[in-house]
Amino acid sequence: MIGVLAFYAFAVVLIVSSLLVITARNPVHSVLFLILAFFNAAGLFVLLGAEFVAMILVIVYVGAVAVLFLFVVMMLDIDFSKLRNGAKQFAPLGGFVGLALLAELIMLYQVWPNPPPLLEPDVLDVDNTKALGNVLYTQYVFPFQVSGLILLVAMIGAIVLTLRTRGGVLRQRVGAQVERSEADSVEIQNVSVGTGVSNV
Amino acid sequence: MFEIGLVHYLILAAVLFTIGIFGIFLNRKNVIIILMSIELMLLAVNINFVAFSSFLNDLSGQVFTMFILTVAAAEAAIGLAILVSFFRNKGSIAVEDISALKG
Repeated sequence: MIGVLAFYAFAVVLIVSSLLVITARNPVHSVLFLILAFFNAAGLFVLLGAEFVAMILVIVYVGAVAVLFLFVVMMLDIDFSKLRNGAKQFAPLGGFVGLALLAELIMLYQVWPNPPPLLEPDVLDVDNTKALGNVLYTQYVFPFQVSGLILLVAMIGAIVLTLRTRGGVLRQRVGAQVERSEADSVEIQNVSVGTGVSNV
Repeated sequence: MFEIGLVHYLILAAVLFTIGIFGIFLNRKNVIIILMSIELMLLAVNINFVAFSSFLNDLSGQVFTMFILTVAAAEAAIGLAILVSFFRNKGSIAVEDISALKG
């Protein structure tokens, strides 16, 4: 019973906060509602018995992706109200497409044989994290390495895209300082009396 | 109604996916909200995967959820980097201004 109540609570908050993500006037509020939606999805994952994925969702999405969104929204100096002008003209089309898709999916689930045939449980005596580790590092080791490579490429790509070298910035060049010898920094002049050093 | 089955989770994910699609139509000028809508759609797909994984006693769904999370994080990082670099060059992020390849 408490599980049913928890499901409906998480589901309702998830739907409402994701609706607020797309309708909020201020994009900062959108990002904050996105974080709320991710927390509720993590709660649903815990209800489903996938604790490890739930924690990964909180760490990766809330800790990294949403903070990245927040950072970019606050860094870009944009008049967001101007972006909303005339944006409503496609809302009826979007509503039609969305409702058609939702109706199709719900009709599909009504005629779909339920419950589907149950497979043998993979593992029963170990917890979720250990079971995931058992398959992730044996059966799925190649996709696992490829996903690490994808992250590396994304990191390098993001750095290359946003890195810029500004001109006219004064920096200390340690190599040039160390390499400087006495010969090219000190010059001995024989100055005759009364003429000064203006001709040097 | 009083027993949560697989179809409950599937319908929840369908509603979430529809909200993501509707968000793209509703905020078609603001690239940041469009990226957030894409994240919502990926979250709906993840809910589907985890629900099937839990109800079918098969861990592959959760493994693939983690791969989707990886790709979504990479996509968000690259997308926002492109956005920042575009904003530096053009001073705007409106979708209709992104037409330099049109010729």
